[in-house]
Amino acid sequence: MPADKRDIVALEGVTKRFPGIVANDGIDLSIRPGEVHVLLGENGAGKSTLIGMLSGLQQPDEGRILVDGKPTPITSPRHALALGIGTVFQHMMLVPTLTVAENLLLGGPWWQRPRTEELEARVAEITRSLGISVKLHAKVSELSLGEQQQVEILRAMVRNSRLLILDESTSMLTPKGIEELGALMRRLVGQGLAIVFITHKLKEAAAFGDRISVLKLGRKVGEIPPERFRTLSEQEIISEIVELMFGKQKDDPEAAERPTRTVRADAGPLLQVADLAVAPTENAPGLSSISFDIRPGEILGIAGIDGNGQKQLAEALAGQRAATGGSVRLEGTAIEALSVGERRRRGLRYLTDDRLGEGTVGAFPVSINFFLKQVGASPFWRGGVEQRAEIDRRAAQLVREYDVRTPSLKTPVARLSGGNIQKVLIARELAEGARAVIFNKPTYGLDLANTLASRQRIRDTAARGLAVLLISTDLEELLSMCDRIAVIANGSLVGTVANADDARTKVGRLMIGLAA
Amino acid sequence: MSIDTAPGASANALDATSGAATGRDILHRLLMTLGPILAALIIAGCILLVVGVDPLAYYGYVLEKGLFSPLGIQQTLTRMAPLLFLAAGLIVAFRAGMWNLGGDGQFLLGAVTAAASAPVLVQVMPAWLALTCSFLISMVVAMAWSLLPALLRAYQGVNEIITTLMMTFLGTSLANVLVKLVFRDPGTTVPQTRTLPVEDRLPRLFDTTITSGLVLGLAAIIIVHLVMTRTAFGLKLRIVGANPRAAVHAGLGVPRLTVAVFAISAGLAGLAGAVDIIGVQGNVRADWNPAYGLAVIPAVFLARMNGFAAIGFVFLLSVLSIGGESAARRLGVPNHFTLVLVSIMLIVLALAEYVDHRYNQSRKA
Repeated sequence: MPADKRDIVALEGVTKRFPGIVANDGIDLSIRPGEVHVLLGENGAGKSTLIGMLSGLQQPDEGRILVDGKPTPITSPRHALALGIGTVFQHMMLVPTLTVAENLLLGGPWWQRPRTEELEARVAEITRSLGISVKLHAKVSELSLGEQQQVEILRAMVRNSRLLILDESTSMLTPKGIEELGALMRRLVGQGLAIVFITHKLKEAAAFGDRISVLKLGRKVGEIPPERFRTLSEQEIISEIVELMFGKQKDDPEAAERPTRTVRADAGPLLQVADLAVAPTENAPGLSSISFDIRPGEILGIAGIDGNGQKQLAEALAGQRAATGGSVRLEGTAIEALSVGERRRRGLRYLTDDRLGEGTVGAFPVSINFFLKQVGASPFWRGGVEQRAEIDRRAAQLVREYDVRTPSLKTPVARLSGGNIQKVLIARELAEGARAVIFNKPTYGLDLANTLASRQRIRDTAARGLAVLLISTDLEELLSMCDRIAVIANGSLVGTVANADDARTKVGRLMIGLAA
Repeated sequence: MSIDTAPGASANALDATSGAATGRDILHRLLMTLGPILAALIIAGCILLVVGVDPLAYYGYVLEKGLFSPLGIQQTLTRMAPLLFLAAGLIVAFRAGMWNLGGDGQFLLGAVTAAASAPVLVQVMPAWLALTCSFLISMVVAMAWSLLPALLRAYQGVNEIITTLMMTFLGTSLANVLVKLVFRDPGTTVPQTRTLPVEDRLPRLFDTTITSGLVLGLAAIIIVHLVMTRTAFGLKLRIVGANPRAAVHAGLGVPRLTVAVFAISAGLAGLAGAVDIIGVQGNVRADWNPAYGLAVIPAVFLARMNGFAAIGFVFLLSVLSIGGESAARRLGVPNHFTLVLVSIMLIVLALAEYVDHRYNQSRKA
């Protein structure tokens, strides 16, 4: 493909190989000012690798990258920034022990004092246009993942990027936040910025994009250029993308389908929570008088804007965070005084949303990560001694059963894509003995195929008679899965609605602070 | 469960290729270790030239005394005994992500305890039992000395680097005071403890002067290595070291494991002191402080906390320190030049690692 003069950045036949896999195979891409270029593809399609090369983290094996028409090897992230390429990564890239302001000031010239006032003015200006509020003096480690993502977007803006790469940036945002981000992207491209926008959500692609490229297994399988894009309706675009991605025709795959399960009304509650309270910390809300019951086979959803106590709730239930009051009963037995391990043994499972931060030990092999919560348990350890063969046998079984795509069982789990790491975690939590499962943002950052697969797993879990607590910021997800939906705001449940026809409106009203 | 499903088969195939690559990896690792050591010897040689000493003569003396003379190699192997115990203790701590830098204080207190208890105990019970008891008491005393940093780290999150270093100053002084005021041998003019008779010390190996403490040290470090790599307890410690948040999430009792790590690490340091006294020295002089604890840290790092590699590096360290002492006497180079040499090695190895990493990155990219 000949380079076009209008391209700010262009890729020509870029190929990138990793041991055992071709991550990118002869990719051509043209990125122009004033355009939102949407990259779509399943997990493992090669999007992250492509972004890695654009942002200077990796170098192509073959092909070249042109910046302003000139072949330019992007040698380092610093170089990428100097070229005006700012990236917001899927996995957080902030220093957790520093404040937001300090993180934003990183990378300034070392001989100058940090220009705090200048930054504050600039941030105020940007946040006003973005419609977000950022606590400049809060420590990053105290922010929720969603808030951290906002800081990352802000950082790229502060650095005057000409090309902004957003890697799964909407996955943590509320529906309103996504709309705002979309509107902001439109404003930014209106001012001549180029945006590469990576998402799994086809609706977002159709709503915010100008040009769409679809990746599949490392190859670019199709592109919808702006000229054609403008002539198609949203529905046409979505069906064309689905055709490209899956090779089969399908109506909107994200459309909510009502759960058809019926919960036995006579069954007693499996998980009972009464008046649960957690003390607030500096930057995280506490919890107050949280009460709910979940019956066997029931899915209770927790809706709400990110950072309203969802993580605290999940951690308090799992035993990771000390509760200041209230009771938690599993199958009628009080478990609020038990340790994390004991709660797990009794069948309470917690699927964390922080897959790399606390869910896994990244440097350890995939096989060991399946059993992190069972270290020492028979038959994988006998008399405290590791039974390698037993571990590998069971791990291979789980890899197959849960369709984890990994080069080998010995591969460090951090090398897998987000979707495959999630499969490892799901396999671990649903393994034998589960009675009640807390899913915290189970589909965050997953591609469509993995999202649908995860949702099916959760439905199957409930169908097996387990109690499921599903915490999510994705309202569509909750509407398509739950029997009832509770809304959390500022650390308390402000209302619970049955998932009937008017649930969307009711939950929406509760989320923005109106009575249902 | 069928074996020939597609994902399983491809996983196996990739396993095989990674197995074939291991041979090259080992060669590469050897090159990456020996090359920098050679470079460090050359750099240190240049420093010797500058101060007017013939480097070839210096290295010649080091090798002759430390490695090739029968007496020298026996001294080298004897020196390894306490160093191996210390290295074992550091491997446990470092793998669990905890920086027990208080090895010297724990070592000296272990040594003084052994020197105080062994001569008394051998008079009232059989020698083997006396020595065993003495080892155990030394271990317990050293463990107790680590309790404060351990509790502070486990329950208050106080940085253990600082607390263990401070405790090592206190421990060194306490050992000194104990020798002078409590366990002083009234029969001598220099302040030192009573001397354990040579026939009651750990037996020597065969017809040499090598202490059987070497065997104990080798056993200790190999056991530690196997525990860390093959057992549930070792895995728990490694999880705490690699990702403390994952440890909390997985329900591990992190505070208790922290205390255990400190106890094991300090206990091994105490045993190191005991093995040096009961096996070799026989008594503790008030001014005696060989500072092995800090000297072993680089060796453990160079070995990447691998027990078997640590044995090799401890051997190298022993050769350098025994040979270096002799070469220093003969050529008038300060005794501490050994430390200069070791630190140059560490820096060169780190640089080599960095360059290698960059090269790999650019080759992959």
